Amino acid sequence: MNTVKEANDVLLDCQNVWKIFGARSSAAVKAVSERGLSKKQVLQDFDCVVGVSDASLQVRRGEIFCIMGLSGSGKSTLVRLLNRLIEPSLGKIVVKGREIAKLNPAELRDMRARNIGMVFQSVALLPYRTVLENAAFGLEVRGVPKDERNETARAALAKVGLSDWISRYPSELSGGMQQRVGLARALAADPEIILMDEPFSALDPLIRRQLQDEFRQLTKSLGKSAVFITHDLEEAIRIGDRIAIMKDGIIVQVGTAEEIVTKPAGDYVAEFVAGISRIHLVKAHSVMRPVGDFKTSQPHCDVDALLKASPEADIGELIDITMRSERDAVAVVENGSIVGVVTTRGLLRGVAGMPAGAPGAA
Amino acid sequence: MNPDVLRFSPGAYLAPAVDWLNANFHPFFAALTKLIETVLGGIEAALLYPPAYAVIIAAVLLAGFLIGFRAATVTAIALAFCFLSGLWTASMQTLALVTVAVMISVLVAFPLGILASRYEKFAAASRPVLDIMQTVPPWVYLIPAVMLFSLGRVPAIIATIVYGIPPMLRLTTLAFNQVPKDLLELGQASGASPRSILLKIEIPSATPTLLVGLNQCILLSLAMVVLAGLVGAGGLGAEVTRGLTRMEMGLGLRAGLAIVAIAILLDRLSKGALQGRRIGRSATAA
Repeated sequence: MNTVKEANDVLLDCQNVWKIFGARSSAAVKAVSERGLSKKQVLQDFDCVVGVSDASLQVRRGEIFCIMGLSGSGKSTLVRLLNRLIEPSLGKIVVKGREIAKLNPAELRDMRARNIGMVFQSVALLPYRTVLENAAFGLEVRGVPKDERNETARAALAKVGLSDWISRYPSELSGGMQQRVGLARALAADPEIILMDEPFSALDPLIRRQLQDEFRQLTKSLGKSAVFITHDLEEAIRIGDRIAIMKDGIIVQVGTAEEIVTKPAGDYVAEFVAGISRIHLVKAHSVMRPVGDFKTSQPHCDVDALLKASPEADIGELIDITMRSERDAVAVVENGSIVGVVTTRGLLRGVAGMPAGAPGAA
Repeated sequence: MNPDVLRFSPGAYLAPAVDWLNANFHPFFAALTKLIETVLGGIEAALLYPPAYAVIIAAVLLAGFLIGFRAATVTAIALAFCFLSGLWTASMQTLALVTVAVMISVLVAFPLGILASRYEKFAAASRPVLDIMQTVPPWVYLIPAVMLFSLGRVPAIIATIVYGIPPMLRLTTLAFNQVPKDLLELGQASGASPRSILLKIEIPSATPTLLVGLNQCILLSLAMVVLAGLVGAGGLGAEVTRGLTRMEMGLGLRAGLAIVAIAILLDRLSKGALQGRRIGRSATAA
């Protein structure tokens, strides 16, 4: 469905990737590729566990792609497949136009050092190195001279606000600061893609939220792409441009936060999104009624006299506009013409998460 | 049926083999003996040529500058004890013998320990061999060793090495198995080569356990010193033996305590040399 231009911008392309663990995994892989066995059958027939099942995703340049799933859903396995820390059993992973399964060890190291950074849940700082030496680690193993790598690492630490801590040891830092060092270490190597494996899960809620915002802002301002693993849907919504939801090794839905909240694919996703606030997620275009439809049902209402909003205005903004208006509806204007009308009813439906076109839509 | 037929006597096969080696490869063993004797003799000469107080002062200053005040104090007390107890020459001979034995033990055990941590099969195969090395009384393999290398320091050093390798090897394997998995993953994900991962992640992370291994290696090697006295290697072991055979309680006790002093000295200095600077640095940063 992508246009040609978008397809060119795909930095990381993961096509029908499987990962099967177990003693007889090669036989299981064969059975899967030839006979299309399901996960359950693989476990029954081969005693093998399917970690990731037929996963496909594309990460575009400058995009933050979240993979959300509960523990055991295969999300950590999937992210390790993307930089080949784990070898895929089946399928193809293409990074910047190169299939990483075909790289030799030296090429793979070079790809990891230059193109794909990684940040870990456990932070993985080296306790016997200072903050600066930790941040410079990626450059050091790449063979960058000391002065140069220290300068780059210092700049990366400045970006995450740790300039005053460079000669300290990790044990002297708080959890949030340690994870900033982890992020600075990934940024210092200047990769195009950063893999984030539940980086903020172990932090307390306030610090987590702060780091989420900082991370998003930093990634966007530096123009990086990121794959962000999380078990927290709210975090995925806060950070991600697009979200993939994983369950039992299968990607059940990929879409923007709004798409996932307004059009959940199946009961599993619906259950997840049930508790999510829609105020800043759902936009005018998904709660508005077509303007013709509105005119026929309320012929005495003058559409042109309504206050106006853009199709991208979220429910919060629409509520503000409605409160300022004397009428119960807001006109949605796109390219200078009114394309639809958001009624109070429509707003309530949006907040409650009822799908458009459900009973009572009129 | 006569049970004598089933009697197991490996010596019947090994003795001719040793005889054969001795007859055909005598020049090789002689050369090896000469090499070890030369190295040991050199270290001994370096320690014994200057007056004792000069060696003590030099050692204390070196320990003070390279490691720290505490190491310098330990050095001063240990060496002063050896000197004042009248066993300076014997102490220096033992120091030389144990230093060389420990260095060879570590050189053999460290790489093999890493191999054992990487390959489970190698670890499984090495385990019974290590058990044998630690439990077979050294007198048993000293018989062929003395036959091949004749009496003196060389069979003593061989016995010491055989005894020193197992603890170092086992603890090296443990140290490398204990390196946190996420740090190894970090190395791989950063694009580090296996050599960088070994040098910059594995060895530094394993250092505390490796130091325990080194400590055990040194202490067990010193336990072999008495045996070295028995096969004519001299040193403190010979003094202990002499004390025992003459029933001289005072001599035996002095020699025994000098061994303790050497043990503490070697342990603190090796630990400080491998780790001291870092501890100093993090202490100033804290």
